[in-house]
Order: sequence, then C-alpha cells, then structure tokens
Amino acid sequence: MSNTNSLLADPEILRELIMDHYQYPHNHKLKEDDRYMMKHMASDSCIDDIKVQAKIENGVIEDICFDGVACTISTASTSMMTDLLKGKTTAEARKIMQNYFDMVDAKEYDGDILEEAIAFKNVYRQANRIKCATIGWRAMEELIEESEKGNE
Amino acid sequence: MFDVEKIRQDFPMLRNRPDLLYFDNAATTYKPQAVIDAVCGFWTGYTSNVERGDYETAVKADRAYDHTREIIARFINCEPKEVVFTANISHSLNQIAFGIGRWLKEGDVVLTTEAEHASNLLPWFRLQEEKGIRIEYVKVDRQGVCHAEDFRRAMHEGVKVVSMAHVTNVLGSLQPIKEIAAIAHEYGALVVVDGAQSVPHRPTDVKDLDVDFLGFSSHKMCGPDGVGVLYGRYDLLQKMDPVFLGGGMNARFSSDGSIIYKDAPQKFEAGTPNIEGVIGLGAAAEYLMSLGMENIQAYEAELRAYFAERIAKLDNIEFYNPDNTSGPITFNARGVFAQDAAGYLGAHNICVRSGNHCAKILHEVIGTDQTIRASLYFYNTKEEIDRFIEAAGNITLENAIGIFF
Repeated sequence: MSNTNSLLADPEILRELIMDHYQYPHNHKLKEDDRYMMKHMASDSCIDDIKVQAKIENGVIEDICFDGVACTISTASTSMMTDLLKGKTTAEARKIMQNYFDMVDAKEYDGDILEEAIAFKNVYRQANRIKCATIGWRAMEELIEESEKGNE
Repeated sequence: MFDVEKIRQDFPMLRNRPDLLYFDNAATTYKPQAVIDAVCGFWTGYTSNVERGDYETAVKADRAYDHTREIIARFINCEPKEVVFTANISHSLNQIAFGIGRWLKEGDVVLTTEAEHASNLLPWFRLQEEKGIRIEYVKVDRQGVCHAEDFRRAMHEGVKVVSMAHVTNVLGSLQPIKEIAAIAHEYGALVVVDGAQSVPHRPTDVKDLDVDFLGFSSHKMCGPDGVGVLYGRYDLLQKMDPVFLGGGMNARFSSDGSIIYKDAPQKFEAGTPNIEGVIGLGAAAEYLMSLGMENIQAYEAELRAYFAERIAKLDNIEFYNPDNTSGPITFNARGVFAQDAAGYLGAHNICVRSGNHCAKILHEVIGTDQTIRASLYFYNTKEEIDRFIEAAGNITLENAIGIFF
C-alpha cells in the first residue's frame, strides 16, 4: 500500500490519471436493464449533462455506469467513482463518499480510502469546479438513498 | 483620436485589478467612475422614492429618474415617453411577448432564428404552448447571419411578429435589421429586436431601423445591473397590456375591480423601480455618447480584426466566426472541453465565458454545443489581445488539467 501511496503523491501521476479517465472513461456505457436505477444530472448548470446508473441489491453496489457530455473533471471524477464504489456495500460507499466530499470542501479527510480519487485533492482551489468534481458522486449518493428507501 | 489609455483611467476595476484581462464583456461590463458617482450620489445626497414627492429630495429623485428617459431617447433616437424601464432585457422581452401575445390568435406565426438567446425564444415558446401560435425559424448561414433574401423567402401572410437579435450573442452575427424590418412591414408584421449585444457597441437609431420594439440591458453598456430598457413605438405601447400590476402604474381603481391604467411608459413600471440603477444608466449612456458611439464602433472593429487575425493562426484553436465583424471571438481549443479551457485561462487571470451561452439550439448551425466566448469592449487594448493569444496558444488538455496541481 505504501508503494501506491507514494505514487499517488506525485502530481504528474495524478494528472495522468485524470487525463486517462477523461480520455478513456471506465464503465462509460449505460445498460438497458431495469434492475438499474438511474439519475440524470442536468439541471445544475447548462454545461454538464450526465446520467449515472447503479444496480444495488441487498445493500451491495453490484454495478455502476455512466454516460453524458461533461468536462474533464466531471468525467474523470465520475469514472473513478464507478471503479471505487463498485462491489462495496452502501455503508462502505457512504464512508468513502463522505471522505471525498470532505476532501473537495478542503476539510479533514482520510486519503487512503479514496485511492485514485485523491487526484482531486486540489480541486477546492478552483471553486467554480467543485460542482464538476462532485456531480457523479452526488448522483451516486442519491441512488444509494433511493435504494435504501426502497428496502425499508 | 480614441485615447484608450485615458479612457481606462475612468474605470476603477481596470485600475484596481491590472492583473486581470477582462474579455467577458458580452456577459457584463466594467463601470466608469461617472456611473459609480451617479449611483452613490443618489444614495448619499437625495435618496427618496419617485413620484408625487412633496419635498426637495423626492422632487430631485423624480427628475433624475425621468431625465434618464430623455438621455435614452437621445441615445436611440426616440421620444422619452417611448422608453420603459425594466429589470433587464429578459424582462423587456417577456413584457413584449406577453403584450403582443394578447393580440395573437391560434396559428399566427412568430418568425425568428436559431441563433437567438433564450430570452428571445422562451417567452415565445410559452405563447406556442398557451395560445397555439407557431414559431418558425429563418435560415442563418454558418456565421449565424440571416440574409435579407432568405428572410424574404421565409416571410408570408401568417407571420405576425419577427423577433431577432441585432447582433447575436454567440457568433456576433450582425443581422440586416433595417432590410428585415422593411420586408416584415410589407406584410404588416411587428418587428422586435434584441439589442443586448448591439446597443452597447454601435449607434442605434430606432427610427432609421424602423423597428417596433427594442430591448437592451444597462449592465452590458457600463451601467448598473438590474435595469433594462424596453423601447416601443408609442401607439403600440399605449395599446399593450402590462405584465405587472400594482402601485405607480394605475391612475385609479375601485372595489368593483375596474382599473384605469396610466399612460405608457408609467403603465409598465409597477412598484418602486430601481431608481439608482436608472440614474446610473443615464450616466452610462451620457458617458458612451461623450466617447461617441461611432468612435466606439470603429475602435472595436479594429480590435476585433486584430484579434481575429491572430487567433486564426493558432493551430490548437478552432475559431468559429472569423467572418463576422462584430461581437465575440468564439472558439474552442481542439480536444479540450470548453469549460476546461476557460478554467485554464481563468487560472491565468483571463476572464472569458464557456458554455452554450443560453443559445442551446445554435449547435445545429455550428456543429458544437459548448464554446468559449472572448468578448471585447472599448476599454480593451491590442496589448491585452497579445497577452491573450500567448495564453490561448498554450491551451492543451495537459495544461488544462495542470491547473489543479
């Protein structure tokens, strides 16, 4: 783990990660499957327009995917989110998400559990881009809330 | 001789923030000291409400407010009573569409273009939904220009309203409004002009253009925010119903529900208006006229040509409107999302705007959704353009992401 950590401290590597996730986003195709819930994020600004889908069963996030027109920060942060939260329980996902939101709000956070998403640690310096860095994550948060409501 | 260095001294924002390169003038403009003094003068010397004041400062406020009508009348060549103050041009266009909407019937056509700002489309969309009118679009070319011959072909007896921008907000296309108005009037259609991007930059003569309605915003011409103008031909204003009802716009009303409106323009100004804003707008129009609108237009044309020639040479830039002679320089950096590129420029203290600029249906014309708009005003300089070109040449995906590290 310490090896990975030192790599993730290198700004060059972090920049490459963002570029890579932007140019070749992971899980970047929506599914035609009604077991997936979907959240369309398009009303916040006139620029980003993305759809996030998740299959959550018995409190476990089995799959996440997304699609849409968005900037590098929106696309890459959402792509990393899909990698990071897939396979996690909703409780684990909530903990990771809270750390991520704390990081982009320049609060205290646990970097270790954020893995590649640590690449967005400086986004708070460009206040106008915080929305971009959180759009996919907020979609996922809402999907988890919906799934929990459904299970009650 | 247009002494831009001397003019720049009039603008506190330019003096206080020499680090910034402000190329977002199509969104809003900096304010000269004369406008700031006019607004503060009202706040510090004669704050009062307008209308029927029986004391000295109220009379002074009333006169200053109405004096702006005379200034605007000189500015666009109309009668002072044809000048209605609104909150912004969106308000002006909503009032116009609401008022005209009451004269239209199902199947009547509003003819416009696909290059319009949302504020000149959505109010008409509502009439389509509520009254069953029809919206038709006249063809524009790749630079967004609506040619008079295409316009003539699109005209027919069913068209009751023609509504378009004099200069469009994304591509800066200058529409031949005078010819368009003449053709529209042959068919008895009303002509509505969105002057948001034209009135601040060139002489405007509503009599010469022969338009029936014109809207524009104060803040895009060095005036305060929250004030717009609605010009209307007086006979039409007198016939038109106001959107807002309330104090200041009625002559009398009684418990049986009958209302007698005041005459235009007061009929359209319900409630306490933005008094300091209107006074500031008067100062802004006086300031522009002291520089001379012809001089402003000529200087900006020179700046734009200088800018266009240089940006066209950058290999990493796709430049969408090289042939237009007015309005913003609209572009993208190849392979970089517009907001990322604007963020890169922003991180270098260069202020531009990215997005679809409230013209969401334009992408069908230029083939892209998001663009960056660099828009100039008369206080910008060739040295600033040189600095911009240097930064724009460095917009790459790597550099755009690099600002986060």
